[in-house]
Amino acid sequence: MTGGLLHTMVVAEPLIGFDVAALGRNFWALTVDGLTYGSVYALVAVGYTLVYGVLRLINFAHSEVFMLGMFGQYAALMLLGFGPNGDAYDMGIVMTVLYLGAAMIGGMAISGGVAVGLERVAYRPLRKRGAPSLVFLITAIGASFVLQEFVHFVLPRLTGGTLGGVNAQQPIRLVEPEVQFQIGSANVTNVTLIIVVSALLLALATDQFINRTKFGRGIRAVAQDPVTATLMGVSRERIIMLTFLIGGILAGAAALLYTLRVPNGIVYSGGFILGIKAFCAAVLGGIGNLRGALLGGLLLGVMENYGQVVFGTEWRDVVAFVLLILVLMVRPTGILGESLGRARA
Amino acid sequence: MTTPNAPTPGHSTTTGLRPHSGVGDAVRLWWDAQARPTQWALGLPLLILIALLPILQIPVLTTVGTNFGGVMAQFGMYALIAIGLNVVVGQAGLLDLGYIGFYAIGAYTVALLTSPSSPWNQTGDGGWLSQDWAWLAALPIAVAITALSGLLIGSPTLRLRGDYLAIVTLGFGEIVRLLADNLDGITGGGRGLAQVAYPRAGVSETNPNGVFSAGSGSGALNSGVWWYWLSIVLIVIALLFVGNLERSRVGRSWVAIREDEDAAEIMGVPTFRFKLWAFVIGASIGGASGALYAGQVQFVNPTNFNVINSVLFLCAVVLGGQGNKLGVILGAFVIVYLPNFFLGRTEIFGIPIDGTQIAEYRYLFFGIALMVLMVFRPQGLLPVRQKLLTYGRELYVAARRTIKAQDSELQDSSHHRTGRGSTGRDSTGRDSTGRDSTAKEQA
Repeated sequence: MTGGLLHTMVVAEPLIGFDVAALGRNFWALTVDGLTYGSVYALVAVGYTLVYGVLRLINFAHSEVFMLGMFGQYAALMLLGFGPNGDAYDMGIVMTVLYLGAAMIGGMAISGGVAVGLERVAYRPLRKRGAPSLVFLITAIGASFVLQEFVHFVLPRLTGGTLGGVNAQQPIRLVEPEVQFQIGSANVTNVTLIIVVSALLLALATDQFINRTKFGRGIRAVAQDPVTATLMGVSRERIIMLTFLIGGILAGAAALLYTLRVPNGIVYSGGFILGIKAFCAAVLGGIGNLRGALLGGLLLGVMENYGQVVFGTEWRDVVAFVLLILVLMVRPTGILGESLGRARA
Repeated sequence: MTTPNAPTPGHSTTTGLRPHSGVGDAVRLWWDAQARPTQWALGLPLLILIALLPILQIPVLTTVGTNFGGVMAQFGMYALIAIGLNVVVGQAGLLDLGYIGFYAIGAYTVALLTSPSSPWNQTGDGGWLSQDWAWLAALPIAVAITALSGLLIGSPTLRLRGDYLAIVTLGFGEIVRLLADNLDGITGGGRGLAQVAYPRAGVSETNPNGVFSAGSGSGALNSGVWWYWLSIVLIVIALLFVGNLERSRVGRSWVAIREDEDAAEIMGVPTFRFKLWAFVIGASIGGASGALYAGQVQFVNPTNFNVINSVLFLCAVVLGGQGNKLGVILGAFVIVYLPNFFLGRTEIFGIPIDGTQIAEYRYLFFGIALMVLMVFRPQGLLPVRQKLLTYGRELYVAARRTIKAQDSELQDSSHHRTGRGSTGRDSTGRDSTGRDSTAKEQA
């Protein structure tokens, strides 16, 4: 029995590495790094989950909203006078945070604007015609193509080659990763701190917005029952726009945080896989469920990091997809269940 | 029937009475009214003409920048894929975003069996595939293996519905590609597998490797044309197979599942089993196309099997008209031919254009086309007319004739239709319900 198992492991070894010991050695480091990715997934996943909760639509183009957010924050930094030189700027904590905030606002503005524009141009005409959901999904795919190719071909023409094109943007580094303190055996860098803390703050703010404010109540009402919500005086169209706006803004924020962790990721095709994973995160947590999306994002980021150490870096994406499929097999509505409307707390 | 009132100007009563009165419908009606021998007599020359397109070298039609035969071979593969994907998406209404996975499995099966760089190569010494017939022998194996993989992937995932299914199939498509990329020891990873077998036919002095080899022939009759002809044979087989299935209990179940899965289930359709059937049949056709690809290019590597291409296949189906076999073939033609049409072209009808750049922007245009199409014509270029499957086509045509005769009697009474209410497949079904019930009454 053991001999047979060992034999298969030896045979499988050259194809798929299988190193559980590495997971034990680097457990804390992997967890911390996984949380940074997870924070980004979580913020992007909120965009998917809110739109799905309100419209029952997979906004396939949300990954491109995120991608444009990366370009938005990059452009904002360029406008502020930064350029892509090899070294990081060193301006002290206060100024760095201020500039990062400005860049984030740039990313948020672009992402939010694109998300709302997308809703107006692509989805609203379909809604007016009462199109079936497949039509929405295909439109979203089309919009995704258009936005990607816009950055690929049109944007470099508009900006004289400074933005967009085939190659990734040269990174602008504002923060040099420096170890601040340790958790367990893991080094926590300032980049990790910025990402996790700002993601948590934004997540908290969104959660409060959805659960405490008048607009949030409107979103929940439309998600729960659009007709009754309309009868109660909630403007469905305005709520839908607001939903896209919030999703876009969070994607823009996530875009900045992501570029801090992966500075070379600003490219026209850079949003695609991340978007799919963020969607996976939303489904993991229970699509349509805000807190589910946050939980799913963090979980996916961490699990993916564990997986890539156990099986090897090249299996990272496979781990994410297999995790999604397994969760859907066992619990088709995700971990926390799908309910934006019923989420009281 | 309805309250007689004066027909409003600009809105002819015939249009009101007949929801489908476009040119396409006129052609379709006329075609349906012909006898079988007439249909064969007209269809066969048309098929031959289509098959001879790359040889005839019609001036504007022929591509400038690339070899027209090669383009048509690619069209053949895409058409086969579109037919397969149409079974899944158009017939059964299952949105499969990872269909390219089956295409990849088909291609890799042939490559693994016949490429010298594969560890499972069976063409060399001690292998059970003869050198000359390796591709043809590997084709049914590829189809069988993709069908099996469709069964394996479908049986857990098809319990999911709609959007969830879409995203899970997308995940599977990516997993297949990543497996091909990461399992270096078997698939060669990013290097891929080279020297895949191809049919060794028509070996002559000038073509020592046969007409199907990549370098063979020049000018109009090159290897691309031969592959195109081979793919036409496979397409015809697939069309007969799928067409007969459509008219069977299986096809009716698919339509029922597509229109309303719950209702179908309640009416006694074993939905899961028939969804699995659609998945498996679609997969095997995709596998056949993959085998074609591997043979024609004689090389497979993972980069061709990405999600973008998967979406492109879906594009072909949606553009052509989901559910309509001929429509999706047209869609495949548009998807493959248009970018190649512009490639290298500097003028069209005397108007100077930068064709290469237009070809480069193809995804942009496809994206815009998809968005515009979804708003104005979600049913596609050649929409499906899925009606009266139970009663058969003859009865339907007979009923149509009777209604035509009744048209004159009803000239004065206007029939208020609410125009195009909803869109999409639903509307095709819903618009025709009135006509359906009339026809059924006739029966």
